[in-house]
Amino acid sequence: MSTDTDIRTPAPPPPEAPREPGRRRSATRLGDRVFAGLSKGSGITLLVIMGAIAAFLAYRAALALSKNEGNFLTTFEWNANAQPPVFGIAVLAFGTVVSSVIAMVIAVPIAVGIALFITHYAPRRLAAPLAYVIDLLAAVPSIVYGLWGALFLVPHLVGPYEWLDDLLGWTVVFSYDGGAPRSLMTAGILLAIMILPIITNVSREVFRQSPQTHQEAALALGATRWEVIRTTVLPFGRSGVISASMLGLGRALGETMAVATVLSPSAILSAKVLEPGGGTFAQNIASAFKEAGEFGRDALIASGLVLFVITLLVNGAARLIIARRKEYSGANA
Amino acid sequence: MSAPPVADRGDAFAIHQPRLPRWAPAGVAVAAAAAAVAVGLGAGLASRVQWGLIAAVLFVAGLYAVSARAEGARKAKDRLATSLVWGAFLLAVIPLASLVWETVRQGVKVLDGYFLTHSMNGVVAIAPGGGIYHALLGTIEQVALATVIATPIGLLTGVYLVEYGRGRLAKAVTFFVDVMTGIPSIVAGLFVLSVWIMGLGFGYSGLAGSFALAILMMPIVVRSTEEMLKLVPNELREASYALGVPKWKTILQVVLPTSIGGITTGVMLAVARITGETAPLLLLVFGNPAINDNPFEGAQASLPLYIYEQWANGNNASYDRAWAAALVLIVFVMLLNLLARLIARFKAPKTGR
Repeated sequence: MSTDTDIRTPAPPPPEAPREPGRRRSATRLGDRVFAGLSKGSGITLLVIMGAIAAFLAYRAALALSKNEGNFLTTFEWNANAQPPVFGIAVLAFGTVVSSVIAMVIAVPIAVGIALFITHYAPRRLAAPLAYVIDLLAAVPSIVYGLWGALFLVPHLVGPYEWLDDLLGWTVVFSYDGGAPRSLMTAGILLAIMILPIITNVSREVFRQSPQTHQEAALALGATRWEVIRTTVLPFGRSGVISASMLGLGRALGETMAVATVLSPSAILSAKVLEPGGGTFAQNIASAFKEAGEFGRDALIASGLVLFVITLLVNGAARLIIARRKEYSGANA
Repeated sequence: MSAPPVADRGDAFAIHQPRLPRWAPAGVAVAAAAAAVAVGLGAGLASRVQWGLIAAVLFVAGLYAVSARAEGARKAKDRLATSLVWGAFLLAVIPLASLVWETVRQGVKVLDGYFLTHSMNGVVAIAPGGGIYHALLGTIEQVALATVIATPIGLLTGVYLVEYGRGRLAKAVTFFVDVMTGIPSIVAGLFVLSVWIMGLGFGYSGLAGSFALAILMMPIVVRSTEEMLKLVPNELREASYALGVPKWKTILQVVLPTSIGGITTGVMLAVARITGETAPLLLLVFGNPAINDNPFEGAQASLPLYIYEQWANGNNASYDRAWAAALVLIVFVMLLNLLARLIARFKAPKTGR
């Protein structure tokens, strides 16, 4: 933090000799400068932190990559402690993308449904408390979701997975041989449950702001409730829903504990998402950290850098979409 | 005008469209449930989940078909959308309610005064007993330190963006604050690890953890401060300037006091958010079964980390402790949230309406 203090207190240059005889005036000028400098310095501190995150992760990652005997992008296994070290992110990248995509496919339609339910379908008396409860659920810590997922959800998914195997097993993707379903699919389902409140909250906020006059006009033309929503609410809220989804995606990509508790990691890259195996960036860092030596940590930091860049891109894209509509921002969701 | 005649079916100019009676959805629901039970018994499906799914699909399809015949396609689509929206809501309620219910049900088993006031020092993992005192202490110290670090920087940045921010620097800060809200917590942990522990050679400590928590907390504080300051009516500032009060005094004595309720709420919500963070603490605080009340030196425990460790022990006594700790954590976070919202309600900024 030493760099911070340097920047946060930029000693303001002493005020120049007062132009007018009034002494108070220069005093207020000094106060203004100090305060403006302090607040500007805080803003710069934030930028410096962001820059430092990128710089330090990149530096450490470069140390690790220079000694890697495997191909960082295509190697399956993660043996950073081996001599010579061999590690790659192929399995992690695949697992991260697959679990997040599963989470999005499940969560986005349901979240939009709940948001519409709260804004347009629920009985008035129910709507406000419901919105409130969903707000609170967004605050449940991820480790609690992880604990619940590992001890409650996993055992309860055996039945549905066997059923999926019966119905859709021929697609290979949904084949399932029994055993503990600690798989990417389970991780995806748990992530979906986790990001549901966030996506719901932002979407609800957008739907609530869709102009009342448009909706009343549609009603006056004889539209049914669904037609009102389809012609006025959804078009208005589309960009909001997209950015809400991307905020959810960003959270799903970087989620550590919930995935680490429900996934049995292995260096397998398989399309069978119901079968145990695979891994994600964040889960791998949490699981491999305790056994990692100095070099192993550098290797984990390299994978963390990839995760950082991916989430940066996703969040940046979400922000650019939001920026076109300034009124709502997901940051306070 | 005489009363409109009862519309003929199919009359394009009819005022009254044919409508299904009010009990129709309920009737279809009963029929669908009955059919699902019949199918379930007939095909010998063991799982009640399957029965429920079959009933749901039959209900949605049945209502659509009935409505399409009697009321026309538009009305049928409306009913379809209504059932899907209700379905989405019910589908989401099940896991979320189960989460809360399970945590409470399992959590009260070992939660008592002893559990809150004892550490895990000398307790064998597979044996019952032990408690969370050390973890609670660690969490409170780490979160307090993180708040002390993050709040001034976040608050001042918010002030900068609203009161001073013009031009490219302010735009860059706004953008990166937004992006910063999306940093995965484990990446913040890795950053502090690479600088503080691997770079500067310090050991694991509560302080290292609170650095990472502060990074996660700052953007939330900035955003909420910004939102709140924007709500302060400009007339207040102008009135203050008109009295000759300099800008910094106006901010400190007029703008900030007006919005202090909202800002407090934002800070408390941010605290609630970081209290539950586990991943960075795993890398930086490391966990410790004994009481370490010094956050500046040595490995500490923390509540989320404790839950993870107890889960990883993988036996029933540990699971019980994990659930109880999870219950304490949820209650703690919920109380913070409720308190924050109460403050927001009673100290809302007076908008100049």
